[in-house]
Amino acid sequence: MLKILSLGVLLMLPCLAGAVDAHQMATPELQKTYESINSELRCLVCQNQTIADSNAELAGDLRRQVGEMLEQGKSKQDIIDFMTERYGDFVLYKPPFKGKTTLLWLAPGLFLVMGVVTVFFVVRRRKSLSTAVIINSEQQKKISGLLDEGDGS
Amino acid sequence: MLKYLIPLFIFVVMAIFLALGLKLKPSEIPSPLIGKPVPAFSAPKLDDPSQNLSPADLKGQVWLFNVWASWCVSCREEHEVLTQFSGQKAVTIIGLNYKDDPAAAKNWLQSLGNPYNVSIMDQDGRIGIDWGVYGVPETFVVDKQGIVRYKHTGPVNAEQIQNLFLPMIAKLQAEA
Repeated sequence: MLKILSLGVLLMLPCLAGAVDAHQMATPELQKTYESINSELRCLVCQNQTIADSNAELAGDLRRQVGEMLEQGKSKQDIIDFMTERYGDFVLYKPPFKGKTTLLWLAPGLFLVMGVVTVFFVVRRRKSLSTAVIINSEQQKKISGLLDEGDGS
Repeated sequence: MLKYLIPLFIFVVMAIFLALGLKLKPSEIPSPLIGKPVPAFSAPKLDDPSQNLSPADLKGQVWLFNVWASWCVSCREEHEVLTQFSGQKAVTIIGLNYKDDPAAAKNWLQSLGNPYNVSIMDQDGRIGIDWGVYGVPETFVVDKQGIVRYKHTGPVNAEQIQNLFLPMIAKLQAEA
């Protein structure tokens, strides 16, 4: 019994690991902004995580920075600007739409259009390839017979 | 004929993009600081915390700003290169001792040699954030006007000192 209990406790431990040291803001609104900013900033060390998810030391420092700036009354935009001035657009999980990122944003649509055009041409070519075959009634009977046989099996 | 040319064309285009992709280093994030004035700081010196250093003290000289820590493994690899380089006295080297224990940092410099003209302390990592530091070691080149001209992420090796840093420093030294 004790073994099962301790196993249960051990299995529950990862839940604790999931909660990164969250900064507590003074009001629920600030807490919401704080969390939304954290989930939009990339952790530079582990690049596929936001600073809200990451346990990296730098992510912790950046969360602290976000929290402090909010407490000083800075807006979300102020904080995003602060981060991009230092780490570049790369720090944003959602890259801004501008000259350099045009291709990044438009490429999916471009590929979709290319796909649709390709399908259109392929289908049209297939249609023109399939030519009508003229058969007589004897052949027609044979075909029906074969088809019926197929159904029977 | 066209039937064979189209796949060939697609292959060539893909090969070019993939070849370009191979050369990209996603871990190296371009610094938005290049061409901008150095971020302001005033930080206590590692060997004498009662004294501060700020970029104004370095105006008129070309300097390297090297971010290091005694806990950083690749800094150890870089340290030897930097120490040798500092012997040439080609440039002022300022160290940013990033999120480190001062005692451990001093120990490190004592046992491995000190390539820095001055090291300053950034125990809570705030100066690091202002410089956009995300991976130690990092090395910045700053010109006489206090403008950041180059950033290198990761350990600097002897070849890069010879082929990249020395020519760049010579060029910047020649500027007014």
